[in-house]
Amino acid sequence: MSAGRIAAIVPAYNEAGAISRVVEEIRAFDRAIDVVVVDDASTDDTAAVAESLGATVLRLPFNVGIGGAVQTGFRYALHEGYETAVRLDGDGQHDASQLGKLLAPLERGEADFVVGSRFVEDAGAYRPPLARRIGIRVFARLVSLLCRQRVTDTTSGFLALDRVGIELFAAEYPHDYPEVEATLVALRSGLRLAQVQVDMRERETGSSSITFVRSLYYVVKVTLALLVASLRRYPRIQGASR
Amino acid sequence: MTPLRVTIVGVVASVLLILVVLELVRGRRLKERYALLWLATGVALLVLSAWRGGLNTIAGWLGVTGYPPAVLFAVATLFIFLVLLHYSTVISKLTDENVELAQRLALLEERVGRAGTGEPPTRSG
Repeated sequence: MSAGRIAAIVPAYNEAGAISRVVEEIRAFDRAIDVVVVDDASTDDTAAVAESLGATVLRLPFNVGIGGAVQTGFRYALHEGYETAVRLDGDGQHDASQLGKLLAPLERGEADFVVGSRFVEDAGAYRPPLARRIGIRVFARLVSLLCRQRVTDTTSGFLALDRVGIELFAAEYPHDYPEVEATLVALRSGLRLAQVQVDMRERETGSSSITFVRSLYYVVKVTLALLVASLRRYPRIQGASR
Repeated sequence: MTPLRVTIVGVVASVLLILVVLELVRGRRLKERYALLWLATGVALLVLSAWRGGLNTIAGWLGVTGYPPAVLFAVATLFIFLVLLHYSTVISKLTDENVELAQRLALLEERVGRAGTGEPPTRSG
């Protein structure tokens, strides 16, 4: 199975300073990948910069949050018939030169959903602040427990999907702080997960969307979402577990 | 001292509230974002109902000398105000966004109509 046409979904909010490098690095990895920037109602020139580089730009009329923005990209990939979608953040923290690692399990037909994890190997270079590291580990443990499958990094937004994964996330993707819950939804729906070790960069411009004040909301919301979602029934997706 | 029956009714009612909210979230009829304040309401009322000594102490602080369960009503009312105020801000945001969507749709239909068939675009998928 080949990866077919590939869409690179890049959610961006006020990333005019970083977006051109992101687009160019994806092109440098593979010119055939279609870059789709989802502009979440930026107040700077993010959309214009991306457009000037020839990327497809989906402009949201108002800010819908990271999950809603990413899902816009998945819906575009679904409607435009892409076989494969990858997601990279518009701030440049995901290194497009590592896309090959994410795409390999899809090309071998071994997975529907590939996550670039910072913690497959214990000695990864990524060392976030202590509170964040604890949060990342706790959510990974919780999802592993609820899904009875070892998941090393549930907060990574660096991922690749086959057509089955695109269909699932186009239909169902949480709107705020989506990554942890999306991992659980994917596993519960029977998608085959692969995790590959990646390194992530420190962001270069702008600031992280997760401020200290929002951390509490993040933890409470995600925990509630996980516990409730694990009580739901998810239809097993046909063709996911071959 | 709080009558035992008030304690029992309070505990049952707050547990019911928590269970109903969780079931609504599970059935996707309520988003987590809007469930959190309701859950906080349920937990606060549950704690105050079940912890009888605490209710008396707090009533003492507030100068409620005659009937400690009045504090339960006060707390419930406070949370209802918070939920309503929260919803008012949510509705305001939705109103603005809805107007913007309608405006963008009107502009888009005009542009599509001018560019192509002259028909308004049909909705797909």
